[in-house]
Amino acid sequence: MADKTRARERGTPCEIRAEGLRVRAGNGEILKGITLAARQGEIVSIIGPAGAGKTTFLRCLDRMAELDLDLAVEGRVLLDGCPVEEFNVAALRRQVGMVFSVPTPLPMTVYENLVFGISLVAGGRDRFDEQVEKALRAACLWDEMKDRLNEPARNLSGGQQQRLCLARSLALEPRVLLLDEPCSGLDPISTAKIELALQELKQRLAVILVTNNVKQAARASDRTAFFLFGELIEVGPTQRLFTTPTDPRTSDYITGRFG
Amino acid sequence: MKNLSMTRAAERPSVWSDRVARGLITASAMVAIVSLVLIFIFIGKEALPIFTSAEIQEEASIGKLFLPQSAGEGAAAEYTWQPVSELPKYSLLPLLVGTLKVTVIASLIAVPLAVLAALYTAEFAPVWVRETVKPAIELLAGIPSVVVGFFCLMVLADWLQGVFGWAFRLNAVTAGIGLSLAVIPIVYTVCEDAFSSVPQAYRDGSVAMGASSWQTASRVVLPAAMPGVLAACVLGFGRAIGETMIVLMASGNAAILSLLPTDSIRTFSATIAAELGEVVVGSAHYHVLFFIGAFLFVITFTINLFGHWWVGRLQKKLQGAS
Amino acid sequence: MADRTRIVGGAFQALCILACTLIVLMLAVILGNILIHGLGTVTPSFLTKAPESGMTGGGIFPAIFGTFALVVLMTIAVIPLGVATAIYMHEYAPKRSRLVHVVRLAIQNLAGVPAIVFGLFGLGFFIEFIGRGMDRVLYGGELVYGQPAIVWAALTLALLTMPTVVVATEEALRAIPQGYREVAYSLGATRWQMIRRVVLPQAVGGILTGGILAVSRGAGEVAPVMFTGAAYFLPELPTRLNSQFMELGYHVYVMTTQSPDVEATKPILYATVLVLLALTFLLNFSAIMIRAQVRKRMRHGR
Repeated sequence: MADKTRARERGTPCEIRAEGLRVRAGNGEILKGITLAARQGEIVSIIGPAGAGKTTFLRCLDRMAELDLDLAVEGRVLLDGCPVEEFNVAALRRQVGMVFSVPTPLPMTVYENLVFGISLVAGGRDRFDEQVEKALRAACLWDEMKDRLNEPARNLSGGQQQRLCLARSLALEPRVLLLDEPCSGLDPISTAKIELALQELKQRLAVILVTNNVKQAARASDRTAFFLFGELIEVGPTQRLFTTPTDPRTSDYITGRFG
Repeated sequence: MKNLSMTRAAERPSVWSDRVARGLITASAMVAIVSLVLIFIFIGKEALPIFTSAEIQEEASIGKLFLPQSAGEGAAAEYTWQPVSELPKYSLLPLLVGTLKVTVIASLIAVPLAVLAALYTAEFAPVWVRETVKPAIELLAGIPSVVVGFFCLMVLADWLQGVFGWAFRLNAVTAGIGLSLAVIPIVYTVCEDAFSSVPQAYRDGSVAMGASSWQTASRVVLPAAMPGVLAACVLGFGRAIGETMIVLMASGNAAILSLLPTDSIRTFSATIAAELGEVVVGSAHYHVLFFIGAFLFVITFTINLFGHWWVGRLQKKLQGAS
Repeated sequence: MADRTRIVGGAFQALCILACTLIVLMLAVILGNILIHGLGTVTPSFLTKAPESGMTGGGIFPAIFGTFALVVLMTIAVIPLGVATAIYMHEYAPKRSRLVHVVRLAIQNLAGVPAIVFGLFGLGFFIEFIGRGMDRVLYGGELVYGQPAIVWAALTLALLTMPTVVVATEEALRAIPQGYREVAYSLGATRWQMIRRVVLPQAVGGILTGGILAVSRGAGEVAPVMFTGAAYFLPELPTRLNSQFMELGYHVYVMTTQSPDVEATKPILYATVLVLLALTFLLNFSAIMIRAQVRKRMRHGR
């Protein structure tokens, strides 16, 4: 079963779930037993100071953590109820999209960037105009990009590049979308466009948004999780967590009193 | 279920190409190791009869290669390389002395030039000097050794003889000068790497205490990079000892046992190049030539292993210090 | 005291400048001498005709063609090998892997093996072992591949130039941002797909540099080919893998050391050296230009 490609038929709600996830690097523990899930229809944001293990958590979900041999991962990650180790790793990553904190367009044209993932399994010469348009529309980028598809992607502005990266993941029609501080270097308008796109997208897939920006979590997510030194301190509906946090460390962090 | 099997089928070619590529690439990466082992085996194999075959030892045993041999009844025992004669003589001593002589001369010329030039360009040369010397070194490294050999034989030898009037037109000095041209680039490159891996903080500290840039270079940078400079010399020596075409063309190729630098010489590498073409495969002479080859291989291999290990250690140390 | 410091410093400076001057001067003298004596004889007919009258007349076309055929065959062997080795070390093997350490040591040592030892190896392994073996198995003992041939010379040269290709390719691989690889993986690429679609297109400049440097090195080497396939004099061009061939460098050696009439050969000899030198310099120069481009791109982080 190691080459499983798809967990369930389309139509069932998407869900990604981590159970007791531990990650060790050498002597230190980066994640100390995290249990957290995200379902279709909601955006789960993860907040916390630098070094809390937010990025490592995301990288465990699509098995990117395996690329770093120093990390030892324990615990279970389930995509639609199925352990991720049972998937063919490439097929898993096509169903779990990832947007990185630095916009990383591949050194190709806009169009080639968008079809990169699709063309890995389909024939290399086919056209995918329909999927490209759909993905660009979903990332609020179609109007700006429809006449620039054959330009090198690095000619785009930073905000456009990041939305292109979003569209590039969406072109694969993933079931889960992971975003690792996607707006950290972007201007407010680009940030707003990405947040707008996410509100639409959550209807179709599960979204996890790691962010350094507490306000963004408050604004854009349905549930919020607070990470500190590899531990999940608190998770709950965003509004509740921001108004009446149960843990004093959470309230310290969201009010900016955290040392 | 239909959807599932379709995606699986689509997955298969990429999984297979991934596996095939991994196998081929890993296999290719082993070629370097395998080649070295094969070089050792196939050259060693042809050298082995000197130790094992009684028939070959009749003509060329280890003792005969290294101890003085008498040419006949009553004649004084001496060291002679005379493989093609009634009574073949295979003493390696004249070749060893010739090789060392030319290598030492080449190092004596190349090392000071290359080290000083590297120090100058790495530390304080104006940009235009750096932009002249560096490409010059690269061009020098790019000159085929047969061209250097040609130049030494046709031009340099005449000039030197015209000035000094040496008995032999082609001699160890002529070949040594030519050989130094092949050694300069490698010594320069390794030295420059060593100088530029000296942390900037060393220089800043020295300048802050009022030292001039020359004092900084000679008393701080040079000592800190000294292991790298030594490694450069060792690697340059390794390059010189195996170089063939220059010495083959410019050294005179006479196997004279003397320490005089203006005598003609015959080196190990040139002996192989000059004699392998005419030798009978399987004869004692043939095996002696492979023995020389094996010797060269082992020497250069050891020198390189040691040199690179030394360079790597220095870089680690300096990086740790910065 | 201050005076003495200044004098010592000045003397040191003078020595350094003298060293630089001497190096540049030696290069200039060699190049100038060859250029002055060689330029007059390099004519179109010299480049297109075969040697005549005991190498005192005619041209060097067979040697040019032979060198060209030799390096083409060598390139076919060395590029895949060298690039694959670099890719293994940089993309496949785990960090701090022992095997990579050994492979790297092997590459460094291969680069230091004397050219003449490669010649011995080519004779002992490719000709006597592989070639003779092929003759026994495929041709019933008839002498076909068990003799000096262009294919054996090219393979010997490929081993000799492999480190050049590996080093240049590795430098290019190191310049590719890690983010590109992560993106490719995150979009569901297998390792090979990532390498083929993202890494290799980005590394083309470095691979080209390494290939050209290898060709330039191979075109000028004599010691490894003198027993493995280069011929003294052979007007016929090499048309089969087991043909012998003429090579520019070997031709220079032969004309310099074994010409019956040195003075009569001289103009042709100089012209041949000039052609060989121009060829290698042109190759080196283009490699240096491409490498400068690659390094510039690396600094700009693209």
